[in-house]
Amino acid sequence: MRSRRLLAAGGIVALTVLLAWLLFVELPRRAGTHAPPAAATPAALAPAAAGSPAATGRRIMARLFYVANDGLSLVPVGREVPFGETTAEQARALITAQLAPVQPPLVSAIPAGTTLKALYVTDKGDAYVDLSPEVAKNHPGGTTAELLTVYTIVDAVTVNLPAITGVQILVDGQEVDTLAGHVDLRRPLQKNLTFVEAPAPPPAPGKP
Amino acid sequence: MLTASGRQTLLSTVVRGREMFALDDLAPLFQLTVHEDTLGAITVSYKNRTIVLTPNQTLVSVNGRLLSLSAPPTREGRRWLVPVDFVSRALAPVYDARIELRTDSRLLIIGNLRVPRVAVREEPAAGGVRLTIDVRPRTPEAIKQEGEQLLITFEADALDPSWAALPPTGLLQGLTVIEPATLALDLGPQFASFHTSTQAIGATAGRITLDLLAKGATGTPPAPAPAPPVPTPFPRATPPAPAVPSVPSAPASPLPFPAVAPAVRTIVIDPGHGGTDTGVKGPHGTLEKNITLAVARQLKAMIESRLGLRVLLTRNGDQTLSADDRAALANNNKADLFLSLHANASFRSSVQGAEIFYLGLDQEAAQAAQAAEAGAAKMPVFGGGTRVLEILPWQVAQARFVQESATFASMIERQFQGHVPLDGRGPTQAPLRVLVGANMPAVLVEMGYLSNPTQEDQLGTAAFQQTIVQALYAAIVQFRNYVAQQPGAPAAAAAAPKPKPGGGQGR
Repeated sequence: MRSRRLLAAGGIVALTVLLAWLLFVELPRRAGTHAPPAAATPAALAPAAAGSPAATGRRIMARLFYVANDGLSLVPVGREVPFGETTAEQARALITAQLAPVQPPLVSAIPAGTTLKALYVTDKGDAYVDLSPEVAKNHPGGTTAELLTVYTIVDAVTVNLPAITGVQILVDGQEVDTLAGHVDLRRPLQKNLTFVEAPAPPPAPGKP
Repeated sequence: MLTASGRQTLLSTVVRGREMFALDDLAPLFQLTVHEDTLGAITVSYKNRTIVLTPNQTLVSVNGRLLSLSAPPTREGRRWLVPVDFVSRALAPVYDARIELRTDSRLLIIGNLRVPRVAVREEPAAGGVRLTIDVRPRTPEAIKQEGEQLLITFEADALDPSWAALPPTGLLQGLTVIEPATLALDLGPQFASFHTSTQAIGATAGRITLDLLAKGATGTPPAPAPAPPVPTPFPRATPPAPAVPSVPSAPASPLPFPAVAPAVRTIVIDPGHGGTDTGVKGPHGTLEKNITLAVARQLKAMIESRLGLRVLLTRNGDQTLSADDRAALANNNKADLFLSLHANASFRSSVQGAEIFYLGLDQEAAQAAQAAEAGAAKMPVFGGGTRVLEILPWQVAQARFVQESATFASMIERQFQGHVPLDGRGPTQAPLRVLVGANMPAVLVEMGYLSNPTQEDQLGTAAFQQTIVQALYAAIVQFRNYVAQQPGAPAAAAAAPKPKPGGGQGR
C-alpha cells in the first residue's frame, strides 16, 4: 500500500517536471519565439549575435544583386545564404554574402576589399549597415556606379527581409553624406527596384 | 566720363552743329600719341595700333580698316577736333578697355563698369504718389529709409539716370543721385510709408514700382501696370501672394508682397567635384573634375553672350566644395535653374552615353518634405504689417520643384538626341545629394562614361564638349521659353512628363 502511494507521488512529480519542460522549454523553441523586442531606445540597437549562423548548417535561398550586362542596372541572382536566427543575423548573413567576391560572368557593384563591420536593426525596421572604408576609397565614382553600389546593399536587405523597410549605409562607423559624391546617404533608404533589371517574361503558354 | 577711378568731365566743342572733342584732350586720358605728318594726315597711336585721320574727310583708317565718322576732323587754332563718335567708332576697336558712348545721356563709359539706365516717372496714385523706375539692364537694388530720405541703392558702379523735372509735393520734395549708385528721394512732411514691387520687362530690364503713401491715406494703391510682356506667375512663387500690396493701415494684418514675375534670370552651373575630390578617373588618366569645369565655363560664356542672362559657376577653379556649398550658392543668388555637370563611371567598361538625373525622394522623405513645407512664419516688415516667410529646411527644398526639374531633364534629353550619345535609360529619378537642397528646378547631367576608354577620349575633345554645350544651351533656351509661357496656376505638373519611379517606389 505504502509502495503504491510512493509510486503515485513519484509519477505526479515526473508528470509535473515533464509539463514544466514542455511549457517553458520545448514549446517556445518549436514556436520559434524569441525575447520580445525592447523599447525604442539605443539599447534596442542590438548587434547581430556573435555566433555564426552557419553553425546551425541551415541555409535559405535569397536574391542577391549584381551588375546587369547593360552596366546600368542590377540583376537579381538566387543564392543560398546561411540561415540567421534573428532578423539582424539574417541581414548580416545576406550582406556578407553580397560583399563576397564573385567570379565572371558575374560583376559586383561592391568595391573590392569592402567588408561588413557591423549591422544593427532598430525596432522601427531600419537596418544600419556599417561597411569598411574600402566601399568609398575604392569606388570608381559616377552617379550610375554609385547608385548600383548603394542599391545592391539596400535591396539585398529589403527584398529578402520584408521586416526591414529602410537601410542606412555607414562607413567605418560613421554616417556619411555620400560614397562618391552623388547618392544621399544621410537617412535610411527604402527598397528601390528602379535600378533592378525587370525579370524576363515567362514563356508563352503552349510553348516549351 | 566714367572710369573705374571715378567720374570726370570731358569738355566738348560744338562746330557747325556737331559736338566735337579735341584730340589734345583725349590724348592724356587714353594714352594716345597724336602726330601730324607733312601731307596733312593725323596719326593717332595707341600702343602699336594706329588710327589715321584725314582733314575734311569722314573716312578714317583704324588699324588699316576704313570706317566712317559723323563729321570730318576740323582744325581749331592749333588743335584738331574730332566728332564725339571718334571715341566709340575709331578708338574703341583698338583700345584695351571697353568704351561705351551714350550720346543721349552724354556719358562716356570706360571699362567694364555697371552703369544701368534708370528712368523715373511720377504719377499721382490713390493715397499718394507712384514712382515707376525702369532699370536697364535689370540690376539688383536695396531700398531703405534714412531720416527724410528714401534711398534706392543699386548694385552698380554708377547710374545713368533720367527723369522729368518733378514739382515738389508734400510727399516728395525732389530726387537726387548719390554717388556711386544711389537714387535718393527727399521725402516731404506728408510722407507716411511706402510699398515697392519689382517686375521684369523683357529679358534684360526691370521695373521698380514705388508707392509713397500720404499720412491718413486709406485707399489701396492700384496694381502696377503690367510690364510688356507680362509673364504669368511661375508655379514656384509658392506663397499665394496677391500682386497688389496692401496699405499698412492695420499693421497686424499680413502684408502680401507681389510675386516676382516668372522668368529664368539667373542660372547656376555646377561643375561636379573639384580640388581633392577628382571624381571619376578614366583609364587614360582624364579627371572628371577637369571635364566638368571645361564644359561649365563654355556653357556660361555661351549663355551670357547669347541670352544675356546671369550665370554663376559654383566653382571657377580647382576647389573642393561640399554639396551644401553648391546648393547655397544657387539659393543665395536666387537662381532660377541649377545644372550640375558630371562624367559617369560603370563597373562594366563597355557602357557609354549620357544620362540625365533629377531628384527622386522615397515615400518617407517625401512625407518629411511635405511636413516641412507646411511651416511658415509671420515676420514684421519695414513700413508696418507682416510678411509670411517660408521656413523650409534645405534638405527638402527640391521636393516642390521635382515636376519642373523633370521637364527640364526631358528637354535636355531631347536636345541630346542625335548629337550626344545617350545611355538609353531616359531621365531618371534618384536621391542625389547635390540636388536635394536646391530651391529651384535642378538637374544633374552625366555627360558620358569616363570609364569607357573611347568615350574618355571623346569627352576630352573640344569638339565633343562644344556639342554638349550647344545641346545644353538649346535645352536652357527651351526651358526659359517654357517658364515664360506658363499659365498662372502651378501648371508645370501638367506639362511635365510623368516621372519614372526612382526615389524608392518598388515595382
